[in-house]
Amino acid sequence: MTGTVVRAGNAHKRVNLFKNICTYPILYLMVLPALAYYILFHYMPMFGLVIAFQDYKVVHGFLGSEWVGLKHFRSFLGDAYFLRTLRNTLLISIYQLLWGFPVPILFALFLNEVRSKSFVRVTQTIVYIPHFISAVVMCSLIRTLCGANGPISGVMQLFGMPKTDLLGTARYFRTVYVTAEIWQEFGWGSIIYFAALTGIDPALYEAATLDGANRFQKAWHISLPGILPTIVILLILKIGNIMSIGWEKIILLYNPMTYETADVISTYSYRRGLQNLEYSYASAISFFNGVINLVLILGANAISRKLNDTSLW
Amino acid sequence: MKTRHSLGERSFDVLNIVLMCVLMIITLYPMLHVLFGSFSEGKELMKHEGLLFHVLGKPTLSGYRIILKNKNIWRGFCNSVGYVFGGTALNLLLTSLLAYALSRRHFAPRKLLMKLILVTMFFSGGIIPLFLVIRLLGLFDSPLAVILPGAISTYNMVIMRTFFMRIPNELEESAQIDGANDFVVYSRIVLPMSMAVIAVIALYYGVGHWNAWFNAMVFLRNRNYYPLQLFLREILIESNMTLASDNSMDFVQTNYSEQLVKYCLIVVSTVPILVLYPFLQKYFVKGVMIGALKG
Repeated sequence: MTGTVVRAGNAHKRVNLFKNICTYPILYLMVLPALAYYILFHYMPMFGLVIAFQDYKVVHGFLGSEWVGLKHFRSFLGDAYFLRTLRNTLLISIYQLLWGFPVPILFALFLNEVRSKSFVRVTQTIVYIPHFISAVVMCSLIRTLCGANGPISGVMQLFGMPKTDLLGTARYFRTVYVTAEIWQEFGWGSIIYFAALTGIDPALYEAATLDGANRFQKAWHISLPGILPTIVILLILKIGNIMSIGWEKIILLYNPMTYETADVISTYSYRRGLQNLEYSYASAISFFNGVINLVLILGANAISRKLNDTSLW
Repeated sequence: MKTRHSLGERSFDVLNIVLMCVLMIITLYPMLHVLFGSFSEGKELMKHEGLLFHVLGKPTLSGYRIILKNKNIWRGFCNSVGYVFGGTALNLLLTSLLAYALSRRHFAPRKLLMKLILVTMFFSGGIIPLFLVIRLLGLFDSPLAVILPGAISTYNMVIMRTFFMRIPNELEESAQIDGANDFVVYSRIVLPMSMAVIAVIALYYGVGHWNAWFNAMVFLRNRNYYPLQLFLREILIESNMTLASDNSMDFVQTNYSEQLVKYCLIVVSTVPILVLYPFLQKYFVKGVMIGALKG
């Protein structure tokens, strides 16, 4: 019974779609290029991940290469560098989340308390600038500042530390990377919180003032709860991206001396795949990475939906 | 009425302003460091250690002169300008067409398509399968390989669609009664009413193209197609100074002022965006705001 109903429903839908195409053919022509784009550059690479289960040979192609099951996944789990890359991926992301996530929020809350509107505008204009510096130039800037003769080393020497090339020393890599990331993005990241703050009803502040609340109480009881939904959404997105850190920048900053602390899963996959041409192995690595990422974002979203009804979709 | 502020509040105000000033200095210092360095004498700059608060030696343009004589920099610059304009035009066309269709209620498969498109934001095949697809399509080592794989940014498309959906549809309805088809509604009504969001998205795409280097590095071999950022990478990151000069006489001098040339390059490649930035800031910020209100 139900089967026929469902089938009838599907048939109904199909007829509808056909009718829709006939009524609005131009609309369908308009999405055609975009459709081709998503199929060619998103879905085909996704299906291309089948090479993670093959010993891919260029001459045999996607379909003709030999199937080897989970061989590459097994050898990645047994890889001498597996733990190192996993540890670095997680640590860099977690440090970024721990230190980088609160900065734009605090910055927005503090700047929101400044009374002079023109001072606020000047501050915003200045702190947004670094966001527009390209990755290549940014990394070159970091190299300049972190060199043995650079200003950061100079300041460290003022505090009695030895002269160091920060990017040549493994134990400083993560600190340098995370700090630079915060420097470049905290201003830009705060815009969304300013938007949320301007959306708060001013009547709330007025009422609180009449009740004798001081500014700290207003910030704590009105401003912060007002931007909480935004904070939660961004936190979900950040957690979902824990496994996919900006490897473009790591490639520009690391060197064999700092692989110990800098090499993450995606950079390792890049070296094995595009430099050693081990396509299948590298795809298995990034597939592994992508699946964990997907699980994380679905998990974070589910938790947030349960806790406070905020969800990405 | 003048509100009275307690001593505690006033001292907080002062501390807050001081904190913001410190943040501004931290933001600006690295850029000023490079700017001062770029006008310094190469020899002095090589010897210098630590913080830099002024131009070293006599202010000079010698570093900039070395750069301007360099053919690779010019070629990269011209290519990048091409990628910015060509790429952004393609981006805007495809993004707005898709956003328009997905914003129409009479487009039956819009929900299904939207889901299929959003999936790509959270799961992707990664760079290696993409590389193989590019080769399969015969795009390898073609300038198209730099532009096509990023033809639509889903995030920007969602921003545009949200904007399109908020356009009141009385106009559209009356046009349809007059027999206007979707393309007419799109080009005569929706686009002209959305110039604000289109400007924002164009800027996002444009800056993205100007700063991009990774696709070009992976998909291009022919140096004639390299964008500026790839040449910058060779000189700035790989310190490949032979590329920075075109003849051997220059090379001696370039080697001598290696640091200077790097500083000047950083300034030159960042200035185009920074000069436009104060005028465009409003639009960039507006983009984030529209994005924040997504449905």
